[in-house]
Amino acid sequence: MARAATTADAFNAVAEPRRRQILDALAGGERPVNDLVARLGLAQPQVSKHLRVLREVGLVEVREEGRQRMYRLNGQPLKPIHDWVKNYERSWSKRFDRLDVVLEELKTREDGNDGSNE
Amino acid sequence: MTAVTSSGSAVVTLPADDQILITREFAAPKHLVYKAWTTPELVKRWWSSEYGDMTVADIDLRVGGRWRYVMVREDGFEVAFHGEYREIVPNERIVSTEIYEGAIEDPAAVDEQTVVNNITFTEADGATTLTVLVECPTKDIRDVIMNSGMESGMQKAYDYLEKVAVSLI
Repeated sequence: MARAATTADAFNAVAEPRRRQILDALAGGERPVNDLVARLGLAQPQVSKHLRVLREVGLVEVREEGRQRMYRLNGQPLKPIHDWVKNYERSWSKRFDRLDVVLEELKTREDGNDGSNE
Repeated sequence: MTAVTSSGSAVVTLPADDQILITREFAAPKHLVYKAWTTPELVKRWWSSEYGDMTVADIDLRVGGRWRYVMVREDGFEVAFHGEYREIVPNERIVSTEIYEGAIEDPAAVDEQTVVNNITFTEADGATTLTVLVECPTKDIRDVIMNSGMESGMQKAYDYLEKVAVSLI
């Protein structure tokens, strides 16, 4: 499984603001390309180009329905980005867990010393 | 023994390409959170987390005053940060600059590496919501900071999270 390549590509794919708009639109459900063209106010070739990039990294899937091509979102390739933020979040959480301990002590001390002094 | 009340875990979001927003609620009034944030002997107890011991926590808490934190990691490596206070509203808000000293190779590059931290303390019903908005000079610096929390160094990633990723994973 070429995970590293896919990961890097998914990150690149969502770096483009228009492509994020497309993903946002698809987050609301499956849509035909005309619908995306109308929503984004771009020419169809541009939208198709963005959709191609998104398909290549697996963020978007397509199926034929009659004469229409229906596009839908696949969030799986975004997981590494999610994990990236979660990792940073964990380091702050650990730090704040220690701060909780300090705060409990300060609260106790304050209650003991001048709790009636409010 | 008092049970430690944790009001939840930190939430990190990326509001813009060059920003990091950290939010956390604490089960304590804001003047205590502010005190724990600005008193050297208290900062030394939590800031370095489990990553090492803090050897220096200098805080000159006035506008234009400087701060400097030094932590020694378990492997003996020293990690130091410093900055300057730009704005101080006691118990409410602190705006300060921050630079990782290991990043300074060339004094001319200091501006390119300095981030601005906007810290706010908001109290409601005895609990305090702390927000730290980190404004980075560039997206690259933002990514470097984000990567500092990781074991493996992913060099590139982009901020696409709240609307789509979280709802899908």
